[in-house]
Amino acid sequence: MGRVVVEVMPKPEILDPQGKAVVGALPRLGFTQFTGVRQGKRFELEVDGEVTPEILEQARKAAEEVLSNPVIEDVVAVIDASEGAAAAPAQSAGLA
Amino acid sequence: MGRLNSARIGVVTFPGTLDDRDAARAVRLAGGEPVALWHADADLRGVDAVVLPGGFSYGDYLRAGAISRFAPAMSSVVDAARGGMPVLGICNGFQVLTEAHLLPGSMIKNDHLHFVCREQTLVVANANTAWTNEFATGQRITIPLKNQDGQFVADDATLDRLEGEGRVAFRYDGWNPNGSRRDIAGITNEKGNVVGLMPHPEHAVEPGFGPAGADGPHAGTDGLAFFRSVLASLVGA
Amino acid sequence: MTAPASQAARPVLDTVENAEATPEEAQPYGELGLKQDEYQRIRDILGRRPTAAELAMYSVMWSEHCSYKSSKAHLRKFGERVTEEMKRNLLVGIGENAGVVDIGDGWAVTFKVESHNHPSFVEPYQGAATGVGGIVRDIISMGARPTAVMDQLRFGAVDHPDTARVVHGVVSGVGGYGNSLGLPNVGGELVFDSSYQGNPLVNALCLGVLRHEDIHLASASGQGNKVVLFGARTGGDGIGGASILASETFEDGVPAKRPSVQVGDPFMEKVLIECCLELFGADVVEGIQDLGAAGISCATSELASNGDGGMHVDLDDVLLRDPTLNAGEILMSESQERMMAVVRPDKLDQFLAITGRWDVETAVIGEVNGSGRLTIDHHGQRIVDVDPKTVAHEGPVYDRPYARPEWQDGLNANGNIAAGLARPGSGDELRETALRLLGSPNLASKSWVTNQYDRFVQGNTALAQPDDGGVVRVDETTGLGVALATDANGRYGKLDPRTGAALALAEAYRNVATVGAEPLAVTDCLNFGSPEHPDSMWQLVEAIEGLADACQALSVPVTGGNVSLYNGTGEPGQIDSAIHPTPVVGVLGVLDDVRTALPSGWRTEGLSVMLLGTTRDELDGSAWADVVHGHLGGLPPQVDLDAERSLAALLVAARKDELEVAAHDLSEGGLAQAVLEASLRFGVGARIALEGVTGRDKVDPFVALFSESTARVLVAVTQDHEGDLIHLADEYGVPALRLGVTGGDTVEIEGHFEIPLDEARETHEGTLPGIFG
Repeated sequence: MGRVVVEVMPKPEILDPQGKAVVGALPRLGFTQFTGVRQGKRFELEVDGEVTPEILEQARKAAEEVLSNPVIEDVVAVIDASEGAAAAPAQSAGLA
Repeated sequence: MGRLNSARIGVVTFPGTLDDRDAARAVRLAGGEPVALWHADADLRGVDAVVLPGGFSYGDYLRAGAISRFAPAMSSVVDAARGGMPVLGICNGFQVLTEAHLLPGSMIKNDHLHFVCREQTLVVANANTAWTNEFATGQRITIPLKNQDGQFVADDATLDRLEGEGRVAFRYDGWNPNGSRRDIAGITNEKGNVVGLMPHPEHAVEPGFGPAGADGPHAGTDGLAFFRSVLASLVGA
Repeated sequence: MTAPASQAARPVLDTVENAEATPEEAQPYGELGLKQDEYQRIRDILGRRPTAAELAMYSVMWSEHCSYKSSKAHLRKFGERVTEEMKRNLLVGIGENAGVVDIGDGWAVTFKVESHNHPSFVEPYQGAATGVGGIVRDIISMGARPTAVMDQLRFGAVDHPDTARVVHGVVSGVGGYGNSLGLPNVGGELVFDSSYQGNPLVNALCLGVLRHEDIHLASASGQGNKVVLFGARTGGDGIGGASILASETFEDGVPAKRPSVQVGDPFMEKVLIECCLELFGADVVEGIQDLGAAGISCATSELASNGDGGMHVDLDDVLLRDPTLNAGEILMSESQERMMAVVRPDKLDQFLAITGRWDVETAVIGEVNGSGRLTIDHHGQRIVDVDPKTVAHEGPVYDRPYARPEWQDGLNANGNIAAGLARPGSGDELRETALRLLGSPNLASKSWVTNQYDRFVQGNTALAQPDDGGVVRVDETTGLGVALATDANGRYGKLDPRTGAALALAEAYRNVATVGAEPLAVTDCLNFGSPEHPDSMWQLVEAIEGLADACQALSVPVTGGNVSLYNGTGEPGQIDSAIHPTPVVGVLGVLDDVRTALPSGWRTEGLSVMLLGTTRDELDGSAWADVVHGHLGGLPPQVDLDAERSLAALLVAARKDELEVAAHDLSEGGLAQAVLEASLRFGVGARIALEGVTGRDKVDPFVALFSESTARVLVAVTQDHEGDLIHLADEYGVPALRLGVTGGDTVEIEGHFEIPLDEARETHEGTLPGIFG
C-alpha cells in the first residue's frame, strides 16, 4: 500500500489564530525558546500499490484543488511516504 | 444547619469561556452563592465546589481544553477534586477535565462535522454523584446541547470499565447527536465528586428561557437539579 | 529621495516635505480607485500632492464603502423625515457606529445591520466570519455588551453548482465566529434566488445592551490624552490591491504579497469584548472606535474629526504582525479584532493593567493635541499632515444620474393574470400547491441552518427562529427586553423598489408586533447594484424614498445601517444586470416582560384560530408565482401603513391583556403556509374553514390560501377570549374573523383538502438537509 503525505499551511501573510494561541501558551508552560508557531494540516492519502509519478501528480492536483483553500493556504509538501520510499521533502518545490 | 445557604460555588472563567455568567445564574437560582474564579489565579477563594463552564477556551485552537488545563486555577481544581471537592465540567469544561485527566476519554469533532444546537433528551444513568443526586436513575431530562467537538471517545477497555463501575452519568436518549461512543453524554470519576457532560444544564434553569417543558415551549428547568444536587451533597458532607 | 547612507536598509519615505518638493511625481491614484477629479480635489485640499500615505488614507476613506458618496445625498432623507415624536426614544441617532435606543428603566439598546457581501463570495467562511466580527465591534464601541446576533443570507439558485460552496462556507463562518463569541443567534433570513448568483448577500445584525450612562462615542477630545491601539496586531489583511504603494516606498526587499481577504480570530474578539467591558466599567475610556474598513486611517481620522482638536500618531509604535508593511499599508490594513481608544494620561496605567489582565496587546500610538490637524510620523519623519475632516467626513458626494429602467414597464405589465398563470382549482390541486410551497427552499424549515447556531448562550433568549421575531431579555429582575425582526423581499423590490422597501419595513414591523412588542426603531442594510448604472441607482433612490416615507408613517426612525452597492455582474441596462434590489430592514421593539412574548404556533387543542386583516387577490411576485411558475412580473402587494399601524397596536394591546396564546404573521406563501407553520411549530393540527374569508373579502379559496396581502396575522386564542379579541380588534379598526379550531394531527382546509402533520413535517424539514447534507 502506498501513501502520499500532503501538508498544508496558512499562507505566511495570513493571520493564523491557532498558531497565535499556541505561541501565547508556550511561555506560560516554560517553553520560552519558541518565538513563533504556525499550525497547519497534514493529510495522508492512501493508494493500492505503488506511488507512481502520475499518482503523485494527481495528489498534487487534489492538494491544490480540494485539500487546500488557495485564498488562504499554501500546499507546502506533497511527498511519497510509502514504506521504503526515500523521504524526499524537496518534492514540494514549485508548489508554494 | 445553614450550610445550604452559605454554599459557595466557584465558576472559573478562562479566556474564551462563554457560559460563565449562565453558570453563576444557575448556582444562584438553585440557592447557592456563585463565586467568580479567574484562570490565572490559583486561589479558589474558599469555595465548596467548582463549575468549569462551557465555551471555547483559548479558541479550542490546539485541542478543546488543551491549553486551559495548564491554567493556575486548574492546578488548584485538580488538587481539590482529588481531595473530594465536587467539580462539574460542562461542555468545554468537560473537555478540560479530560485533558486534565480527572476524567477518562476525550472529545473529537461531531460525526456529522457540524456545530449542533438542540434540545437534547438524556437518561440519567447514575443518580448517586455529587451533581445528580436529585435525579432518579433512569429519569429522562431535557437540556440544551450545543457543540462542535462533542463526540465522546475512549478505548473499549475504558468504556467497559466506565460502564462496569456505573460511571456513565448520562446517556443520549432517542438520537445520539454527535456519534459519542455508547451514547455517552456524561461521566463521573470513581468517587462521584467529579462529573463532566457535553449538554448544558445551566441553560435549563429558568422558566421562559430554557428548552421546552411541560408548561411551555421554553419552560424546561431540568438543569436546576444539577446545582441543587451539589448543594444537597454539601449539606450531607 | 535618497536614504541616509548610514541606514541603507531603511525605507525611503514619501514625506510631506518630499511631496512638496516633487509636485509632478506621478501617483497611482487610479489603481487605488480614485477618479482624476477626486485626486485633484485632494491636491486642492492639501495645496500640494498627497504623500503616498495620505493618498492611501484618502483613497480608502473616499471609497464608496467608507464615504457613501453615491448614496449620501439620498440617505439624508432618513434624517429629514424624522419628527420630534420619532426621536423621543433615541439617545444616539444616525452617524455614530450604531444608534442607541432608550427602552426604559435606565436601559438602552444599540443595534445595527451591516453587509459583508463581496468578501463572502471570495472566501465564504472568512467573509461571513469577519462580517459578524465587524458588526460586533461596532456594538462594543458604543459601550454596550453584545447580546444577540441575526444574519440575513441570500444565495444563488439552490441547484447552481457554486451555491453549495457559498452556503456551507457562509453558514459555518457565521456559526464558527458567532458561536465562539457567546452570542445567541436569534433569527435571520435565508433566501435562494438566481439573482444573487455570484453576488451572495451576507448581512449581519448585532444587538447590544447598555445603561444610559455607559454610552461611549468615537471622539478624540482633551489635549494630552493618549491614543491607544489594542487587540490583534496589524498585518497585511485586506489591502490586496493597495500593494501598488509598496513598490514606491521601499528601496530594498520585495514586500510580501498582500492578501485581499481577512482572517478572523473569534477567540481574540471574545477576549476583546470582555476586556472592553471591563475598561468601560473602570471608566478609563474617553472615546473609542473599532477598526474595520480602512483600519487605522478610518479610526484616527474619525476620532480626530469628531473631537475638538487634532491628533498626532507615530506609526512606529503600531504593533505589527508583518514587519515589512509600509506606512500606507499600515494605515489601510483591515486586520480584524482591533480597537482604538482615547485615554486620559492619569488613567493610562489602569487601562494597561486591564488589557494586560486579558493578555490583550496594547500600544500607545499617539496623542490628542490642539493642532486641528491629523499628523502621522513614520521613522521620525512626517508622512501625513491633513485636516481630519477632509478625510473622514468631507469626501466627494455624487448626484449620480438615475432613471426608471426601460424594462420596468414591461415587467410591471406582465402580472400573473396577464401572463395567464394557471391557478389550482380542485382540492387536490390546492393541496399539492400548499405542499410544494411548504417544501420549497425559501419556505422550507431553516433549522438546518439555525441548528448550527447557539441560541441558548447568555440565558436570555425568550424566542428565536422559527418564531416571528427574536426576543431577548435585558433586565433579569423585571423581564424587560426587546424583540428584533428583519425582512426584505427582493422580488417585490424588483417589481417596485419604492413599495418593496416599504413592504420590508411593514413586515419587520409586523413581525415585532406579532410577538407582542411595541416597535421603536429601525436599522437597514441597502443591498443594490452599481450606482454608476442609472437603473440600479434609480432602484436605490426609490427604495430610500419608500423607506423614509414608511418610517415616518409608522413613526419609527432609522438609527443607522449600511449601504452595499456594486452587487451586480451582468451587462448594464439589462433586466438581470444586478441583484434584486434588497433593502434589508430590521425593526426593534420593546416588551415589558419577554416571558409573555408569543410563539408562532399553538401547543394545545381547542383554541380558536383567528385571522386579522383583509385578503385581496395579490399574487404578483408571490411565492406561488415563483415556485409553481418560475414567474416574476406585475406589481407587489399594496402597502397599507395605516392598517399596519392599527394591527400592531392591536397586537401589542392583546399581548398585554394576555388574550392570545400564539401569533404568526402572513407573508410569503400566504395563509396556507402560515397555518401549516403554526401547526408544525408544536405538532398540533388545525381545522380551518375558508368561507368567512372568501365571503367577506370576495376572493376564491385559492386567493384566500395563497395571496400575499399584507397587514395580516394569524392568532390563536382560548375560546373564552374569542369575543374579547373581536371586540378589541373592532376598537382598533382591524378586521377579524374566526377561521377554525386547533387540534388533531392534520391540517384540514374544510371542503378542500387535508394534510397529515407527519407528511407536512417531512416536506418542510427535509428540503435543506436533502440539498446541503
